[in-house]
Amino acid sequence: MKKVHYIISGFLGLILMVTSCNTGGDKSNGALASSAAEKVYVAPGEHDEFYAFISGGFSGQLSVYGLPSGRLFKVIPVFSQDAEKAWGYNEETKPMLNTSYGFIPWDDSHHPDISQTNGEVDGRYIFINGNNTPRIAKIDLSVFETTEIIEIPNSAGNHSSAFVTENTEYVVAGTRFSVPIPQRDISIKEYKGNFKGTLSFISVDPEDGGMDLSFQVLMPGFDYDLAHPGRGASHGWMFFSSYNSEEASTLMEVNASQNDKDFIAAINWKKAEEYIASGQFETMPANYAHNVYSDETHTATSTMKKEVRVLDASKLDGLAYLLPTPKSPHGCDVDPTGEYIVGNGKLSADLTVHSFTKMLEAIENENYEGEAYGIPILNFEDVLAGTVNQAGLGPLHTEFDDKGNGYTTFFISSEVVKWKVGTWEVLDRAPCYYSVGHLMIPGGNSRKPYGKYVVAMNKITKDRYLPTGPEVTQSAQLYDISGDKMELLLDFPTIGEPHYAAGIAADIVKERSRKIFDLRENKHEYATTSDANVKVERNGKEVHVYMTMIRSHFNPDNIEGIKVGDKVYFHVTNLEQDYDVPHGISMIGANTSELLIMPGQTETFVWEPKQVGVWPFYCTDFCSALHQEMQGYVRVSPANSPLDLTWSLGED
Amino acid sequence: MYVRNMIFIIFFEYTGTYFWGINQYVNKMKRLSVLGTLAFFSLLLLACGGKEEKPKDGFSIDRQKTTEQKTESTADNTIKASERIDLENKGVGVITSLDLPAEIDQAMAANGKELYDQLCLACHRIGKKFIGPAPNDILERRTPEWVMNMILDPERMVKEDPLAKDLLIEFNGSPMANQGLTEEEARAVLEYFRTL
Repeated sequence: MKKVHYIISGFLGLILMVTSCNTGGDKSNGALASSAAEKVYVAPGEHDEFYAFISGGFSGQLSVYGLPSGRLFKVIPVFSQDAEKAWGYNEETKPMLNTSYGFIPWDDSHHPDISQTNGEVDGRYIFINGNNTPRIAKIDLSVFETTEIIEIPNSAGNHSSAFVTENTEYVVAGTRFSVPIPQRDISIKEYKGNFKGTLSFISVDPEDGGMDLSFQVLMPGFDYDLAHPGRGASHGWMFFSSYNSEEASTLMEVNASQNDKDFIAAINWKKAEEYIASGQFETMPANYAHNVYSDETHTATSTMKKEVRVLDASKLDGLAYLLPTPKSPHGCDVDPTGEYIVGNGKLSADLTVHSFTKMLEAIENENYEGEAYGIPILNFEDVLAGTVNQAGLGPLHTEFDDKGNGYTTFFISSEVVKWKVGTWEVLDRAPCYYSVGHLMIPGGNSRKPYGKYVVAMNKITKDRYLPTGPEVTQSAQLYDISGDKMELLLDFPTIGEPHYAAGIAADIVKERSRKIFDLRENKHEYATTSDANVKVERNGKEVHVYMTMIRSHFNPDNIEGIKVGDKVYFHVTNLEQDYDVPHGISMIGANTSELLIMPGQTETFVWEPKQVGVWPFYCTDFCSALHQEMQGYVRVSPANSPLDLTWSLGED
Repeated sequence: MYVRNMIFIIFFEYTGTYFWGINQYVNKMKRLSVLGTLAFFSLLLLACGGKEEKPKDGFSIDRQKTTEQKTESTADNTIKASERIDLENKGVGVITSLDLPAEIDQAMAANGKELYDQLCLACHRIGKKFIGPAPNDILERRTPEWVMNMILDPERMVKEDPLAKDLLIEFNGSPMANQGLTEEEARAVLEYFRTL
């Protein structure tokens, strides 16, 4: 079989050589089997052209890939504990996972979105939502670590999140499940009119990126599913798809699919800012966590916030409008010009495209077909720009290239369909293996997409890889979209369910990537930035070890005077100042993960010795030819031992 | 996850379409034959040279510590690298010439001490061999250029400078860390060495 393949390939090659004098350069036909491999091959030591940030779904993580190779570089813990990096295990990062419900080491992370400047992805931050216990996280792309998490009050199933406006003025977070607001003890049967949805606008400080829940827009009790910002002329608006306009609360798969049309909610956030400025908001009591990690103190702090400003869209004119959109729309996508808003009606065969210009005209003329809880409903025909007819089954999500084309995933018919923006004609289709959910073109949600590749993220894997028991790998597929025809280049496995992704040219990000933390700027409360300051201190049963590490020893590496019942904090500073020289440390019997400490950084783990004896610790990350020698001992004496604390390195 | 629900509701209804998609697809991709490479890392484990504690019930081996080292150095191997005096060799690196004024700049030296305590002390103790050699009287054995180059680019020095290479072997293969000092900072540390 394979031999036949080679022979055919060789034969085709020969034909091509013979007929090469009339080649017009149509390389997209994929006739030469080897071309797909060559297109994804990144030679050893060379770099990929794009970063792809693919959500880890129910793993609570965000994974970082290179395109076109599909190579995995890093898995960033966000709403998760990661023993490899001590994230959520060490004392410094535990506060990042604090919520109003206490410590929650897991969430369902869906939609990453890269910060933008002037409508273009700028590579400073990436935001991602926690769906289950509503949270928004910010990952700083100079360190590829989660540096801020804010909880969202009055929300449940934080799904239409985390999408940024075109200058990252806000990252928005809409509720999927409407709930009683404020929460109270009422019958579920009283859903209609009592359950509400909120759309939260979290401001992002232009200087330091600090997040703050600026305001929430109170909306009818629909399910707000996805969102995208206006750009260009439509900058200042945010569009949210919604379903369950039936306001059902049971047997949703039937009861929330009754209406022929649901809505895309258009929110005028510039108007919202005016209402905030003129004080027409309600201040509601709330309780939500705001967790910030500092690269100076290498420590996170968690603060509980107690109130939130709410704007009621039912009472405030001009804040919200509803655009009828067929069949429970999922993706709500805005083209690079900002003129077209695509509703991907997931129970439909068609795509509905609204016109921003027509929407403004209809609002101007006050041409409404009705209202829902005081919010005007525009006429479907008035705002419709066009329909991509019978493109496939179950449209979910559309992204755009830089040549005026849209690319839409169809879940039920399992394909990506390419269509022309403006004429709405279908140009090409490519099958996905299997059941594609979302897709991603680097910069595809911005004014400036890089129309070279599309990544399709699949919901079903089945037989595409070697089997690994009942649970098989999650999977994505890479297509070349530079030609007229899409060409499947590569399957690659992903971490957790790949719900959604964001991509960016590697050059923008890699120049800003930090190599080390400057030891001289380390402001950790328990840092030991000079070997002269190494010490061990006792405060009752609490013992603090101020330890340093460098290739290849710990200081101190012998400690005596620890007693059973003590709580020992190892505050360990990596004194290295060279790129890619982290050290690890772990202690036998410590009820936590190792630490993995970057050059110039301080981290802490807690050890509660339970048995008398002499117990070793060692470096867990290979660091030099003498890595195996990087170890130490702690002597543990009985609780009533009179032995004083002593510590040393290299003394006999 | 509505999509998961949808799988159950709609998947079977559209099975025909679904498999149509598979059948349409003809996989023309052929794997590019890429040769895998195997890298072998061999760690040179140096003999531990009889530095055992001697508890009464322990054991000790009367072993003579070998002083002969096989190296590519052309220098006189009978003298330890740390004790060799070489006031010609400027080392390998960005510093090719450096004139030290007769007078020690005390302010610069104070700054150098601060840097040294933070970035170097973990391995180099004053007046005592530790992980690496003590810096006392270093300029009686080395040129200032050699010292600067060793601080600024130790990786290159142990690869290209025979004396630095011998020092690595003498100090158990423990690599000198590049602590990322600027030229100015390395110069300050050198000034501090002059005060020792």
